[in-house]
Amino acid sequence: MKILVAIKQVPDTATQVKIASGGKAIDTAGITWIVSPYDEFAVEEALRIKEKRGQGEVVAVCLGPDRAKEALRSCLAMGCDRAIHLNDPGWAEADTLTTARALAAVIKQEQPQLVICGRQAIDDDMGAVTAQLAEVLGWPCAAWIMEESVDADAKSIRAARQVEGGLEVFDLPLPAVISAQKGLNEPRYPTLKGIMGAKKKEIKDLKASDLGLPADPPQLSVVALEALPPRPPGRVIPGDVGTAVKELVRALREEAKAI
Amino acid sequence: MTMAGAIWCVVEDDRKGMPKKVMAEVIGEAARLGGPAEAVWLTDKASDDGFTQLAGWGATKVWLLENAAFAPYRSEVWAAALAELATAQSPKAIFGPVTSRQREALARLAARLGVGISADSVAFTMQGDKLVATRPVYAGKLLSKVTWAKQPWVATLRPNVFRPAESQAGKTAAVERPGVKSASAQMKFVERREEVSTGLPELAEAEIVISGGRGMKGPENYVILENMGKVIGAAVGASRAAVDAGWRPHRFQIGQTGRTISPKLYLGFGVSGAIQHLAGMRTSKVIVAVNKDPEAPIFKIADYGIVADLFEVVPALTEEFKRLLEK
Repeated sequence: MKILVAIKQVPDTATQVKIASGGKAIDTAGITWIVSPYDEFAVEEALRIKEKRGQGEVVAVCLGPDRAKEALRSCLAMGCDRAIHLNDPGWAEADTLTTARALAAVIKQEQPQLVICGRQAIDDDMGAVTAQLAEVLGWPCAAWIMEESVDADAKSIRAARQVEGGLEVFDLPLPAVISAQKGLNEPRYPTLKGIMGAKKKEIKDLKASDLGLPADPPQLSVVALEALPPRPPGRVIPGDVGTAVKELVRALREEAKAI
Repeated sequence: MTMAGAIWCVVEDDRKGMPKKVMAEVIGEAARLGGPAEAVWLTDKASDDGFTQLAGWGATKVWLLENAAFAPYRSEVWAAALAELATAQSPKAIFGPVTSRQREALARLAARLGVGISADSVAFTMQGDKLVATRPVYAGKLLSKVTWAKQPWVATLRPNVFRPAESQAGKTAAVERPGVKSASAQMKFVERREEVSTGLPELAEAEIVISGGRGMKGPENYVILENMGKVIGAAVGASRAAVDAGWRPHRFQIGQTGRTISPKLYLGFGVSGAIQHLAGMRTSKVIVAVNKDPEAPIFKIADYGIVADLFEVVPALTEEFKRLLEK
């Protein structure tokens, strides 16, 4: 069974982000880049499916600039068999739909039976690519998956979506797209052997023209990035617990009108 | 670009025939942007009370797509039906609340229509004849303003952020029942597994959220937060530290790899305020922090803080809330 995992390289959560001159993007100097955490759940699940079935191939795909190769290398170190790097300056301002169309073009070439994404990338937090990719391909999809199982002859996948108040379980005929929610699994750390082996694995570069894709402008574009408006200064309520609690409840009722 | 066309508000309902109250926020915002705000309701079972409620919130029309195929929800069916109706009616915008269904269905719809989507939006402004949406990015550390190349402008709206429309009695909305081909679904519904109910509100929908962090010391202590939750009608969540320690199931996690909440009141007990937690609760209106450590980062964004042992504060505060609310 062939599984394709779509990943994104994002700034580490703890990294400080500053707005670059021009005001539309972040200043990338000094940023620590990681594989978006939800995408690690996606990679892990793909590897587990392959291991459980005893055969198959897991291909990691990433759209991003040159530095994104490092993220693909991490996925190869975890155990992915090979990688595809969608690297084209024309995608610098790609929105979710452009990304979905590029991924769909690769998927048409690769013809995997299953595509796994993370539920969202933690930079722009859009969470739209999974569903848009499925739409472009005309495949069924299920987002925010907490458990899954592929049937014995790889004809369908049973997947449990996290929804308000519970889980909803669906059978999706393959090929299909699913997205990983935290709780699906615990991603493995690459072993030393994995890291060494990753250096020898293939990362194929593809441009928009290799996929026959037009250089369309994005449908959604960033007008400006802005710092958060400062919150009004808060106050620490002094005194012993009894006094402080009384004052807090008074303030919540009379000042903040929050209760 | 034409300014004609309505702002559609895709209805999130309780699956029993009534729209959820988050729709008051979506319809209220659509009207504030100039409307007309029209509800689009995909359901297997609508109700007259539901129409009255949508009209009361300000919907001038209800597009009713009533078909057994819409329940249980499947994104392919919703997106196909919405796209067919949108192509026929040319709304200028299509809005929905951020829910498990609509975050998926509206993304799929936008791809089908070949337009952009702004997910998890927290503000809108009109700039000339363009809509500009504001959305938190980079763990809520920055705000991104985005705009669309063409209509319809598809967006999901973060719950509890937009001012809800006041419900007005005596209003009615015309109910249109357009004929829409119901797409056949490839995926099949198997079952719904309900969570064991805590009897407390759902995290994303709650107006008050109580959160317990590493300072809770163990799973057995969350009962004191649940007791407070019962008194003030709050949901009880947890930080990643508490979830990763196995004290609470993942569905209760607030933060970047958990749920994003925006309640009127957030009360954090023994929560340090790691960036990853702040990403999920920073847009709360009023933030209260209780922590023994005066250096805890959460105090930097808290409106009210108490530096003390939460195990002393929680019971005292619960009693004080009880006294206030029994008055």
